[in-house]
Amino acid sequence: MSVKVIKEGLLSSIQDLGRFGFAGWGVPQSGVMDRYSAKMANLLVGNQEFEAVMEVTLLGPVLEFQKETLVVVVGLKAQVKLNDLKIELLRPFLVESGDQLHIKQITQGVRAYVAVSGGFKTKEFLKSRSQFFPITSHASLQKGEISPYNLQEENSVQQFAGIKYEAKRYASKVLEVYKGPEWDRLSNELQIQLQIEVLSISKNNSRMAYQLTEQFPNTIKGMLSQPVLPGTVQLTPGGNLIVLMRDAQTTGGYPRIFQLTEKSIQILSQKKQGDKIEFKCID
Amino acid sequence: MKIDQLIFQTLGERAILISWEEKIEKNILQEILQCRKIIQKNYIELNVEVINTYNSLLINYGLGIENIYGEISLLKALLVKTKLSKKIKTNHYVLPVCYEEQFALDLEEICQHKNLTSEEFISLHTSTNYTLFFIGFLPGFLYLGGLPKTLQIPRKKTPRLNVKKGAVGIGEKQTGIYPQNSAGGWQLIGNCPVTLFDPSQDSPSPFLPGDEVQFKSVSIKEHQEILRQVELGAYQIQKLEK
Repeated sequence: MSVKVIKEGLLSSIQDLGRFGFAGWGVPQSGVMDRYSAKMANLLVGNQEFEAVMEVTLLGPVLEFQKETLVVVVGLKAQVKLNDLKIELLRPFLVESGDQLHIKQITQGVRAYVAVSGGFKTKEFLKSRSQFFPITSHASLQKGEISPYNLQEENSVQQFAGIKYEAKRYASKVLEVYKGPEWDRLSNELQIQLQIEVLSISKNNSRMAYQLTEQFPNTIKGMLSQPVLPGTVQLTPGGNLIVLMRDAQTTGGYPRIFQLTEKSIQILSQKKQGDKIEFKCID
Repeated sequence: MKIDQLIFQTLGERAILISWEEKIEKNILQEILQCRKIIQKNYIELNVEVINTYNSLLINYGLGIENIYGEISLLKALLVKTKLSKKIKTNHYVLPVCYEEQFALDLEEICQHKNLTSEEFISLHTSTNYTLFFIGFLPGFLYLGGLPKTLQIPRKKTPRLNVKKGAVGIGEKQTGIYPQNSAGGWQLIGNCPVTLFDPSQDSPSPFLPGDEVQFKSVSIKEHQEILRQVELGAYQIQKLEK
């Protein structure tokens, strides 16, 4: 009862809601980048929202199911095939042993989530199944790897009419943020500039952090390492803005100028190189 | 305790930050760790995570919190009535380090710069009790303070892309050990063969902030022997009785 990775795709990994309680040992939270889409995927196959799902990035994997189960793929837009059949996002479907699911390309957004009935049951490390090296042996799924799932007594494609996926939240370029602990150390001018300028996502964007293309002068003197969280926006001495994401380290020495809301982290995790964003302070 | 000097801030919608004066000092750490203990004791049922750095505490409410400003008031009320007296119980560990050339990539340059022989350097580095302020940067990376002034040296201008697991380094006023292969900018002076972080254990590292760490110089041969024991799971980190 498992899924075999035939082709691994660009970056596919098993993720749940991440690790909590280990940051004091320097362990990143990890977990799904887009909690909203992952939660939808879980709900659509009848799971609790904390079950482990597969997060796929831009060019997805080819997966072979070894036992029948109920599956769903959730994301903004993607070309997905089950054997030769076209699969629609957000619609749960039954697979049988030997069926191959191919998430060919994500054509809108960056990440899609594959949920199976009961959730993936890979081994837990530090109370989470989220893949992160070196807590797990690899940061992503490897070719030939097997991800187990439980056989459910009853699998049926129910109509989850009450579940509505709000795709339009991702169309916004506005990211709501709180002011960060070092916000008051910025000049007035820079404070205003950071709130009105349209910014773009650079090619350096990963599960750990998104770096923005624009540069700003940083006049804040050096500081001691401080706690950071997913969603913390740092201004480096070189003037770059770095938005920390789920795999972020637990401490950092750069001024923390903003903190994204949970929803803003989710929106950002569906943005890619060249996409535009704007920070909007909400306090 | 007096909390007028502390700064209480929110870090987003589900975390509270308490900051002390921006200094690396043992008494500040003691105060922070006592507050950390009290908060952990009182908030255990709320599923909060409390982490510290040199001069701050972060209280992370994980999945949610109803009223963050109300929480700040509660935290203040809790800390105000707290008496800071008892010292936190800490451990004193001794870690073996091999300072031989093959590991100590920057030692010769540092010694030249500081006008020290490598024996003098090693004797200074091993005769100090370092304080573990916190763990961060990488899983299991110990930030050790208390480095003698003579040994303090800035980070490398260009970080190395491949620092080996166990590498012992110096960065400004701190010394520390890389728990895994990684990129890193600290000046490398030796290698510690002990595994500092084991993710297969629910308690992945024996070290806690406030602990003391001392280094002991070992030869290449001893280093190899310890590595072998570590691989077999037979190595015990040396603990000093206080």
